[in-house]
Amino acid sequence: MFSYEFMRNAFAAGTIIAVICGIMGVFVIARNMSFLTHTLSEIGFSGAAFGVFAGWAPLNGMLLFTVVSSVIVGQLSARSERREAATSAISALFIGMGILFLSLANKNASYATSILFGSVIGISVSDVRQMLWLSLVVLLVVFVLYRFLKFDSFDHTGARVKGLWTNALSITFLVLVALSVSVAAQIVGSLLIFILLTLPAATAKYFAHTVGGMMVLAIALALIGVWSGLTLSYLTNYPVSFFIAAIEAIFYFVALGWQRLQTAE
Amino acid sequence: MTNAPILKLDHLGVTFPNNPVFSDLNLTIRQGEVWSIIGKNGVGKTTLMRTLLHQLRPTQGKVTYLPSVNDVRIGYVPQFRNIDADYPLTIRDFIGLNLTGWKLPWLSAKERAKVQRIIEQTGLTKLANRPIGQASGGEKQKAYLAQALVEAPNLLILDESTASLDPVTKTELLDLVTELNQRLNLTVLFVTHDIPMAQKYTHQYLMMTPGKVEQGPIAQLTHDKVWEGENV
Repeated sequence: MFSYEFMRNAFAAGTIIAVICGIMGVFVIARNMSFLTHTLSEIGFSGAAFGVFAGWAPLNGMLLFTVVSSVIVGQLSARSERREAATSAISALFIGMGILFLSLANKNASYATSILFGSVIGISVSDVRQMLWLSLVVLLVVFVLYRFLKFDSFDHTGARVKGLWTNALSITFLVLVALSVSVAAQIVGSLLIFILLTLPAATAKYFAHTVGGMMVLAIALALIGVWSGLTLSYLTNYPVSFFIAAIEAIFYFVALGWQRLQTAE
Repeated sequence: MTNAPILKLDHLGVTFPNNPVFSDLNLTIRQGEVWSIIGKNGVGKTTLMRTLLHQLRPTQGKVTYLPSVNDVRIGYVPQFRNIDADYPLTIRDFIGLNLTGWKLPWLSAKERAKVQRIIEQTGLTKLANRPIGQASGGEKQKAYLAQALVEAPNLLILDESTASLDPVTKTELLDLVTELNQRLNLTVLFVTHDIPMAQKYTHQYLMMTPGKVEQGPIAQLTHDKVWEGENV
């Protein structure tokens, strides 16, 4: 399997994605932003379609759309009572735009499928390098802001009382999610990114005893999902995103069952 | 000896669009005093606390922190926190959240010792490694108090912190606050509807009613005053 360059690249990219999604996912879960993450991934699809229409690399279109829209989404959904409705409206608008851009670019359904569901074969060394740089930026910002992000994500009331700039933190966080979405979309596709950004962390919270432990476990679960998914995809020729989605969902349901047993005891 | 004032409110007022909350509030709070802030829902107690916490700007008058704004470190203990029961956030971790700044993600040895000291002071030693989401109401309130104390405040605001507690737990928590007040000369503002507790644990009262604010030594807070016009 590793004699093929595209598989080596896919494993390298998958490893980067798993690490980023494991770390960011902990904050996504703590901030109850799973739905918002899903919206950003749809915006990512629209951005990739725009990139194709404009003659750019899809990743650049994704970066442009997700980063700009994360700021707008952050502003519109600052008040929790309108978050769901605002997110749905933005989501619908961007999916529509994505379809329009693909149509204007004269691309067929299979192209849309590869943006939506990802592709292992298309990952080049330069793609991996670009993903690595973007991931390092995300990791560096998280490292610098870690204490603020942790406080605001796990105890928003306390962070506000402390006088932390919670609105600015929220928008910064969404921009980081936007970057992570753009990175992760390369393999799992824009439609299924939220799986890696939510399920490993959502599973990890049932087993870990500390936030740091939750992060390590989320990374491990994401790595298992991505590596197993890539291997199974190589062996069976079925889409990698299906295997990753199935593995992470199984982990999550097992965690829910385990939690139920613990509560019943 | 009279302690120095740490907080002065001069003709303070807050008005939301078409809704005056309170106005012309004058108050001097001295180091080490314990005040109860009473009044029925909607009279502006929380608005007043948010103003003191710099979350709202007064629309009239001013708040003066003495000797300077940086000398008054406020610890705030609310009634509720929205923390998921499944989060792997231990009480120890929760207390440490309040230690912020541009620092490394993990706590230093000095900071860990600080958290441990507060855990011991607040009687949370046996519970320190329990997820906060799984703690009882009283244990959570103690953890909120400990988190507020970790930054060594000199003004502590208890915003209806005992409202959902049973009488024994309520007494335990307020005994602890009294002990901290005496040992550290901590100033305390206790926002409450519980008049017997206010009478037992505080020195002064500020009673807010629509259009009127009354204050004085807690001994002067009589039954008639409280029930006249259903003020709490």
